Amino acid sequence: MHMTNRALNILFWAAPFLVILLLTAPLLAGLLGVAAPALGYFPTLGGLELTWDHLHKAMHVPGFWHSVHLSIWIGLATTLISFVIVVGFFAAFWDAPIFGKITRFISPLMSVPHAAAAFGFAFLFAPSGWLIRILSPWATGFDRPPDWLIINDPLGYALLAGLVLKEVPFLFLMCLTAASQINVDQRLKLARTLGYGRIWAWLTVVMPALYRQIRLPIFAVIAFSSSVVDVALILGPNLPPSLPVQILRWMNDPDIEMRFVAAAGAVFQLAATLVALLIWRLLEMLCSYLMRQMQTKGMRHQNDQILRGLFSGTMLTLVLISMASLIILGIWSLAGYWRFPEALPRSMNFSRWMENAPYFWGPTFNAIQIGIVATLISVGQTLICLENECRHNIRLTQKALRLIYLPLIVPQIAFISGISILLVRYGLDGSFWPVALMHVVFVFPYTYLALEASFHDLDPRYMQTAAALGKSQNRIFFQIKLPMLLRPILTALALGFAISVAQYLPTLLIGAGRVPTITTEAVALASGGDRRLIGIYALVQTLLPAVGFALALALPKLLYPNKIYFAKQREA
Amino acid sequence: MRKNRFFRSPAAKQLALASIIALGAPTHALAQDQAPDPANWESVLEQAQGQTVYFNAWGGAPNINNYIAWVGDKLKAEYGVTLEHVKLEDTATAVSRVITEKAAGRDSGGSVDLIWINGENFAAMKEQGLLIDDNWAEQLPNYQYADIEGKPTLTYDFTVPVEGQESPWGMAQLTFYYDSEILPEPPTSLEGLATWAEENPGRFTYAAPPNFIGTTFLKQVLYGVVDDPSILREPATKDVFDEATAPLWTYLEEIKPHLWRDGAIYAKDTTQLKNLLADGEIDIAMTFNPGEASSAINAGELPPSVRSFVMDYGSMGNSHFVTIPYNANAKAGAMVVANFLLSAEAQARKADENVWGDPSVLAINALPAEQKAYFDALELGAATLQGEEFGKTLLEPHASWATMLEEEWSKRFMRDM
Amino acid sequence: MVEHSLHLKDLRISLGDELLFHLDAEIKAGEVLSVMGPSGSGKSTLLNAISGFLSPRFTCEGQILLDGQDVTHQDPSLRKIGLMFQDPLLFPHMSVEDNLLFALPRGGSKHERCEKVREKLRAVNLEELGPRDPLTLSGGQQSRIALMRLLLSNPRALLLDEPFSSLDVELRARVRQFVFAQARENRLPVLMVTHDQADAEAAGGPIINLLNHK
Repeated sequence: MHMTNRALNILFWAAPFLVILLLTAPLLAGLLGVAAPALGYFPTLGGLELTWDHLHKAMHVPGFWHSVHLSIWIGLATTLISFVIVVGFFAAFWDAPIFGKITRFISPLMSVPHAAAAFGFAFLFAPSGWLIRILSPWATGFDRPPDWLIINDPLGYALLAGLVLKEVPFLFLMCLTAASQINVDQRLKLARTLGYGRIWAWLTVVMPALYRQIRLPIFAVIAFSSSVVDVALILGPNLPPSLPVQILRWMNDPDIEMRFVAAAGAVFQLAATLVALLIWRLLEMLCSYLMRQMQTKGMRHQNDQILRGLFSGTMLTLVLISMASLIILGIWSLAGYWRFPEALPRSMNFSRWMENAPYFWGPTFNAIQIGIVATLISVGQTLICLENECRHNIRLTQKALRLIYLPLIVPQIAFISGISILLVRYGLDGSFWPVALMHVVFVFPYTYLALEASFHDLDPRYMQTAAALGKSQNRIFFQIKLPMLLRPILTALALGFAISVAQYLPTLLIGAGRVPTITTEAVALASGGDRRLIGIYALVQTLLPAVGFALALALPKLLYPNKIYFAKQREA
Repeated sequence: MRKNRFFRSPAAKQLALASIIALGAPTHALAQDQAPDPANWESVLEQAQGQTVYFNAWGGAPNINNYIAWVGDKLKAEYGVTLEHVKLEDTATAVSRVITEKAAGRDSGGSVDLIWINGENFAAMKEQGLLIDDNWAEQLPNYQYADIEGKPTLTYDFTVPVEGQESPWGMAQLTFYYDSEILPEPPTSLEGLATWAEENPGRFTYAAPPNFIGTTFLKQVLYGVVDDPSILREPATKDVFDEATAPLWTYLEEIKPHLWRDGAIYAKDTTQLKNLLADGEIDIAMTFNPGEASSAINAGELPPSVRSFVMDYGSMGNSHFVTIPYNANAKAGAMVVANFLLSAEAQARKADENVWGDPSVLAINALPAEQKAYFDALELGAATLQGEEFGKTLLEPHASWATMLEEEWSKRFMRDM
Repeated sequence: MVEHSLHLKDLRISLGDELLFHLDAEIKAGEVLSVMGPSGSGKSTLLNAISGFLSPRFTCEGQILLDGQDVTHQDPSLRKIGLMFQDPLLFPHMSVEDNLLFALPRGGSKHERCEKVREKLRAVNLEELGPRDPLTLSGGQQSRIALMRLLLSNPRALLLDEPFSSLDVELRARVRQFVFAQARENRLPVLMVTHDQADAEAAGGPIINLLNHK
């Protein structure tokens, strides 16, 4: 008993250091593994001298600067639009009944993987997509699809729309968590009694506090959308493509010289993401300056009906589009021959599902295994780190823990290929554990993000009461904290599982193709463009995390039937 | 029998397991140092027994995936070889992996055993010494029936001599297809195509190079406009290239405004072309697999009225192969797979349009009667061209042409800031 | 019944260079010391110091003697000082009975332990509440269960932090009565922090104001 207690204490003490090492070491190694070939050093490929040539060569590829520009613009525009939609909706409808209804729709949307959402979007909005099929020919007069440039447009508007569709639910949930931290209702009441309009009240008294809480998720959105690969392959421009897709092409070029250029491209990608973050920082400063100017003028902005209508309209449209995307994926997965402009296929059946079931079962099982292992490790680590912080009250560790968010900010494509060389070198690629551990690097930041607030929110007097009853810290941790945090822990597990299932590049490169998951299979099949199969795989890919989220909702009620505490907790 | 009983006892299993663990590593390493010798086929079969072969092949087409799964079942039953299909989004991923392994110094026990490959990827691997050095492919027992005489692309892959470093698997020919209900008379000459495109704006496009089919379309047009096609078989120099390709660029720029989406974007690949035709967005699509249209009709993806055609001056043709990286872990097993892929049974099933529809590399008329029977049972769909209809095969230009065509196309058609 | 005592010997607590208070008090078994003072005077700091949750930002000099034993720097879980807050803080994921079982020190078979808990509940006529979800209980019931939970852990002293301020006037008197009676019965020294003069007077013990102990 005493021994286990001591072992546990040591574990809690050492955890933060281990975590920081586990998360930052691969990152640094990966960056090094990319920077070296970018500067020409890659001995087995004959690169022995340091040179700027490859960076130059990358810059002189036709369309290169356009690619860079695209990445920065997509990263910023996606974030700005999603942010405005989410914050606008929060401001306009925080205490209205529609808020709860939308929340119930938004959470499940989190489980739709990016690629699946992108395919659904394309199937919906292409000139031969479902929308025009439904309207043709009776409303549009089209009996053949119009020659309109919608998907893969050169300026990336389709890519932008597809990303916004996915980032809005993410930011929505992050805002919801953050809002529970800052006593929104009291603040609002105060401002409203002073005669401030709904939206303006929110922006002046809630927004500044809320923004501090969601800043990190916003940075993650910028970094993600400026370096996204899968969605860009489906919806993005291709002449030239955005930078990350271009890098992937270079990596896959049979000309081995191009691997140096790909590494150089990865360095530019890192820079592009940093520039996007920097511009956002400047925007932040500008906005806070403007806000301060306007606040002091005492304007009340009570007349915000039009704006409110606009925000509810936008949010409803987004939810509808997302739902329709899932439906159209379902229809395609069942479709027989489907001629334009018929609104539905001539025949629908399950034969494709039956034929493919034996093939997607293995990868699905792999994805589940990896997801469970990576998520359990991540949530376990998160809890141990948080508990350690709480016990030792170490400020330094807290600051150092910020390092763990690096994997969210540094573009995957800029360091994964670097790590894979190292792993191959030591024969660690191509098996289950390296893949699962690599997933931890990307899952952990999210589980930490999801649990941190709930953990700190737990009334410390419960723990003091238990300690005064003579219970050890370890016992309190297991018997009081963990059960009381059951719901947020389960939500973090579901979120982590969803993140793990969606990982493409790490699974592919570290798994050396020997650990296929539903996601790597889906992308491989997507390269064939068979819409029926894409429908099937996208739905399976969506179903996995959806089951996770459903379990997270249902389990507390099953484990603790009739406990009001779990019933009244808000899902977030 | 006695042996069997022995291995069923639990103690023996444990013993066997222990010895595998104890000896596994060294025997493993020994086996890598020397590639198995296919001339001694019996010993290859023996070594292959129980091996797992990781076959890295493009995984974008469910019918091909199903075919590979069938091959796996066969191999398991007949040779005790386990085939794992590593589904790639792009063949170059496998090449990259071998490069990564070489970079990391893993010269044996590599993770890639067999790759579906041709053209630039093969040229790159061969040049970098990433393949088995020996001429193993020509010594495979089933290689004797390959149609070496009739199919020059089996010995020169994009002008690079194959030299037995990859084993033939299938044939490809640039084929156009269209819906005969919408377009009764497709244009079969370059001028005809240009005129038709102008009269029917937005109804034609090709895939953007460096996509395979896109680059092939450029070569196809180049053959049609170049004065002396023989220069294409030599490595391209800047001057020769500029002069020879000038009419090609004129042609492409002339049709550009009449293309789908006004030529602002191009299709991604053959599958998108197929989807666009299925949706009625375009009227003419192209593919490298002459059986694709019939196959797609059978799968309910295209209407039964679809037909195929080739250009009147001939069409680009090549072959695809499988190859074994120098550091493959299961070389013997990979050879057994390559050999089986060449068998009449496997080739005939592959040519079946209800399965895949990929033309065979074998000289069918030279096959022994019982093997030829596999092919006699096949029926080609109405959308598949046969024999004479294919016309002349245009050989792939030297690999340097492809690289320069892709670069120049990017310069001219890629949007820049 | 053991006679417990709590002795705050020359206790000085300061934040940085600023002395918050300087206290010397002895509380005998069954006696209630009421500590009053405006907010910011250091009432909760005093409680934290005695129960062992003092933040490291404070410095604590002097001694806290429990039954004559120095516990000033002991781990809170080893002190055996019971804490009661304004809110009853019953663990919401456990039933009433589980809350009480959690407090009971180790030892005894499962059956014996349950019997002990039931006996305790019976003694205060709350027997029927055992299987209930604590959040379904009334405020007064919750407070009484919280006290029972405390007593089951065999504490050597009680600390009450504004324990009755969340209850309405009528209930307040009854719960107060109940708590003090239990403390006397168990021969426990009690330190109560309150801002309510009525609470302090009802306790019937000495009353000190922290402002006078600078």
